[in-house]
Amino acid sequence: MEIEPARPIPAPALAPPDLSQVGPPSSPLPLPKIFANDPAPPTLVTQGAEALLYRTTYLLPSIACALKYRPSKPYRHPILDARLTKHRILSEARVLVKCRKEGVPVPAVFALDEKEGWLMIEWIEGEVVRIRLNEWLQRRKEEGEELRARHEAVLKGLMARIGSAIGRMHGVGIVHGDLTTSNLMLRGGSEDLLADDKILEGEVVLIDFGLASQSTADEDRAVDLYVLERAFGSTHPRAEGLFSELLVSYGKSFKGATVVLKKLEDVRMRGRKRSMLG
Amino acid sequence: MSLLETVQLEHLPPGYDISLALFRNVKNSAFLHEQLLAGNTEFEYALIDASVLVSRVHALAAVYRAVSDLLGGRLRSRNVHSEIVFSLSPNNNIAESFRRFGITPATTSLLVIKVSLPPSSTTDTSTASPLSSPDIQAHLAANIEGDSLPFTDASIASLTDVARIKKIYKLNSGGGAKKTKGAVNGAGIHGGNEDGNNQDEVHELEVAVLGAMALRGSNN
Ligand SMILES: Nc1ncnc2c1ncn2[C@@H]1O[C@H](COP(=O)(O)OP(=O)(O)O)[C@@H](O)[C@H]1O
Ligand SMILES: [Mg+2]
Repeated sequence: MEIEPARPIPAPALAPPDLSQVGPPSSPLPLPKIFANDPAPPTLVTQGAEALLYRTTYLLPSIACALKYRPSKPYRHPILDARLTKHRILSEARVLVKCRKEGVPVPAVFALDEKEGWLMIEWIEGEVVRIRLNEWLQRRKEEGEELRARHEAVLKGLMARIGSAIGRMHGVGIVHGDLTTSNLMLRGGSEDLLADDKILEGEVVLIDFGLASQSTADEDRAVDLYVLERAFGSTHPRAEGLFSELLVSYGKSFKGATVVLKKLEDVRMRGRKRSMLG
Repeated sequence: MSLLETVQLEHLPPGYDISLALFRNVKNSAFLHEQLLAGNTEFEYALIDASVLVSRVHALAAVYRAVSDLLGGRLRSRNVHSEIVFSLSPNNNIAESFRRFGITPATTSLLVIKVSLPPSSTTDTSTASPLSSPDIQAHLAANIEGDSLPFTDASIASLTDVARIKKIYKLNSGGGAKKTKGAVNGAGIHGGNEDGNNQDEVHELEVAVLGAMALRGSNN
């Protein structure tokens, strides 16, 4: 899982004016050529191991978008590197387009340049579930155990919405490959303005399809759920107990879902054995 | 007088002014089509059949792609104007894209697009003279027999053949962009949320079309 800052950090002001893709080794951040003509550098939102994510605009100043840039890796063989980058950009774009066309809540695809290594998608105004959930859990902790039932219902509601979003994605034949609470977003509001009962609201949007693939195998679907379950366990242990809510709603979300839930038990078992063997 | 709009697109260098004018009830499409076939340099426009356009953004996306490909030395067709037409295509068949999206003798709804290149950008002297907006306006007024409309989403929507668009972009699985129980709630990519449901549908159609254009030819 990546470490990401909560707030956008501006790209360094000293972006290389010579935009021959990757600057000299000393240059802080590679900027894709698409930004060469912009008066100001774009806003860097996150820097993962493989990709940089910028907030920028598409066509008009009023249309915000996210630009996911996979700079070339100097340690990889250049031909292999170009091929890998192209494959990843196109694969993520294809999956997103398919999902969106079939009604799965994901960002729309606006443009791409597989040679330059970028993908431009709809900007989701909102926040990743990890941050919203941590904020919410923190507030619960601060105020003690009061109003427990009411609060639990709110959290259950979120878990159910996540479950059905994942189910919808599986139902159209896509597995995500990297389900974490950093790869799920809630559309709407800014988190510090949100009242308690609003903070977990908003449409669940699935993001980051860099490791996704087309599959209808129960095993692959169950692994998706297992990976998310483990992520909940380590990132939000206080919410882990409600993961069953997610599974219940997943179970109702598409035809083959109950078989997947059975399979999940096998996958968990194997996971446990593996961890016992160390 | 035709209603000519000029826009600049994000991330393009300065000087690439895009002029657009929309017409309906066009009577002389055969003549205009003929000028393109003959390579008449007075008609350096993208002439698009507006019935296969979903929205402003749909058209602007094609312009952006074409100008980017021009700048990157990746034009697949004759010039930036033919490339705009090709950029609307979901596949790599250039001739087919002209038949589907370009003007034909039967066209009655027409979007005219002209890209003015900055003087320094071209070595080809025939296209080196950036026309001013009044020049273009006068030329269109003199040569297009039709009713001028503002280049707005509402005007485009009044001309759109949704069934044909779904067919071209292969969005027919039970109504193209499927209903998404609350997904993608409302807010179009322009942030507006005009008339509820129908607006959502148009927006989902637009987004599906943009995705197909972005993936042009790279499927499988
Ligand atoms: N479409 C989007 N709209 C808004 N923020 C986004 C969008 N896509 C990604 N982000 C933000 O950028 C982060 C990294 O993007 P992601 O696609 O997950 O890349 P990575 O592979 O680096 O994890 C996300 O966790 C989220 O905070
Ligand atoms: Mg991620």
